[in-house]
Amino acid sequence: MNYELKIMLSTKTIEDIKKAIANYPRKKSASMDALTIAQKECGHLTQDVLLEIASLLEMPPVQLNQVAAFYTMYNKKPVGKHHVQVCTNVSCSLLGSEHIVEFLSKKLGVKKGETTSDKKFTLSEVECLGSCGTAPMMQINDDYYENLTEVKIEEILKGLK
Amino acid sequence: MFEPVLLKNINTPDSHRIDVYLKNGGYQALPNALKMQTDTLIQLVKDSGLRGRGGAGFSTGLKWSFITKDPTIPKYLCCNADEGEPGTFKDRAIIEKDPHELIEGMIIACYAIGAQAAYIYIRGEFDFGARRLEQAIYEAEQKGYLGKNILNSNFNCDIYVHKGAGAYICGEETALIESIEGKRGQPRIKPPFPAQVGLFGKPTVINNVETLSCIPHIVNKGPKWFASIGPEKSPGPKIFGVSGHVKKPGLYELPMGTPLREVIFTHAGGIRDGKKFKAAIPGGVSAPMLTEKDLDTPMDFDSMAAKGTMLGSAGVIVMDDTTCIVKVAMRTMGFFRHESCGKCTPCREGTDWTYKVLHRIEHGEGKEGDVKLLENLCGNIFGRTFCPLGDGAVMALRGALKNFRDEFLYHVKNKKCMV
Ligand SMILES: Cc1cc2nc3c(=O)[nH]c(=O)nc-3n(C[C@H](O)[C@H](O)[C@H](O)COP(=O)(O)O)c2cc1C
Ligand code: SF4
Ligand code: FES
Repeated sequence: MNYELKIMLSTKTIEDIKKAIANYPRKKSASMDALTIAQKECGHLTQDVLLEIASLLEMPPVQLNQVAAFYTMYNKKPVGKHHVQVCTNVSCSLLGSEHIVEFLSKKLGVKKGETTSDKKFTLSEVECLGSCGTAPMMQINDDYYENLTEVKIEEILKGLK
Repeated sequence: MFEPVLLKNINTPDSHRIDVYLKNGGYQALPNALKMQTDTLIQLVKDSGLRGRGGAGFSTGLKWSFITKDPTIPKYLCCNADEGEPGTFKDRAIIEKDPHELIEGMIIACYAIGAQAAYIYIRGEFDFGARRLEQAIYEAEQKGYLGKNILNSNFNCDIYVHKGAGAYICGEETALIESIEGKRGQPRIKPPFPAQVGLFGKPTVINNVETLSCIPHIVNKGPKWFASIGPEKSPGPKIFGVSGHVKKPGLYELPMGTPLREVIFTHAGGIRDGKKFKAAIPGGVSAPMLTEKDLDTPMDFDSMAAKGTMLGSAGVIVMDDTTCIVKVAMRTMGFFRHESCGKCTPCREGTDWTYKVLHRIEHGEGKEGDVKLLENLCGNIFGRTFCPLGDGAVMALRGALKNFRDEFLYHVKNKKCMV
């Protein structure tokens, strides 16, 4: 296959990926770690990033693409700086998660699945996040926000720069 | 009052740190276990009656005994920390608040089955939990509980954390293995079972977080103590996660076999806002729902199965009398449709089709015969899928249809909800 390998990842990211490779008897088993680590740096996984990871793991790029495509947490498209993900599964739904989505949608001025024009926020609906006892809840990037109310959401959004 | 076992330390400040764990009696089971013959240790776990807390309730000691004793064959332990079944939030508490309880259990399990490496498969969203586990593994290595020649026993063991990335199906054990190998998380055909051909083609045991966390306590207090808690065939302490329309949602560690009524009304405070009880899903959304008449059923594997449902993950979702069951069924099927891995047609197409029918019923566009259509679709999915995800979806829907058929019919006829 002909493609040009560009260096997209920082030395630190490459080091971290190499550390992850040491956790497995086979290099390509670190593919998920590598995608997670790279996404932390890049925000979303472009074809160039995927090619670079595939070469680090010595695996065919198509195989890595399939892995990246299978899992929802790997962003194949750009997302905002703050990825607001509201759980709307049963427990959260019983306690008003639809209302939370509507409220956020109004506050941020976007529909679910969209990113604000200043690229600061993306609003998504997600499946159960394992926090049903503190429903309704959402995750923004890596952090959980639980027992949500409108007042609480206003405060959370104010705190995000 | 039942004295919590698994969750006893979670409110202690810094309970996740090794010095706090040690002060509370942690890592006392490990040296004792390492002195035992592995057969004796496995027999001990069998005698305790411990059954897997991941959902299926298979005997843990028996599962361990399937692993070959041949020392030349590498073996693996996988800890299932995927916690993906909607309504379930118990493993997260152990992971974040008492990670050493799990790690001690894992080291003992590795010793018992002769594995020198273990992976914790944690769902990707639990970033905080993953970091807690990595920190705890580091602390355990520093103290000599992990790594080479653990406590001068000649036993070596390493634990690695593997983060998932948002696929429910990776909680299924063979999909979990595929995912640790760095592939798409699609289930493998069984047999061969993971005990023969598992991770990296080697004999593998997969156990849930809560299951493994029971192990140090069984070693410390003995199998008789464990077996004496709750029903004879399904004993031990059990973490119930209660969510939905209750006054006090949260985790309650109680003896296995505590009646559903007691879990909801005594511990979780009953129904909130002066409403009435309508239904409860006893073990995560795959478990068929129960109604008023079933409230006195003991929450253990066999009693739940006898009621046509399952204990599953013991994530209890409670619904009051304002709940539209059609909507709950639609949301549940939406979940399965989203999470179907796409490998087999009955599940991939079936969950999509049932979702669409439920969607139109819920939105006042149901057609005459739609309820029959749903029942037929269930029949065409059940038992015809590659892995239990498809069956779980059907069981959930059948539970709703069986208990609330009138509500579905009303929706179709009147184009609106009866509640
Ligand atoms: C679709 C599906 C999802 C599952 N999700 C989980 C899960 O999130 N956590 C878990 O421990 N077990 C889950 N299981 C059960 C596992 O396949 C397996 O039975 C369990 O981890 C075995 O551990 P145990 O014997 O300690 O219960 C799931 C099973 C299926 C079919
Ligand atoms: S039943 Fe569903 S989840 Fe399981 S293998 Fe088939 S398509 Fe995949
Ligand atoms: S249903 Fe929302 S966190 Fe589980």
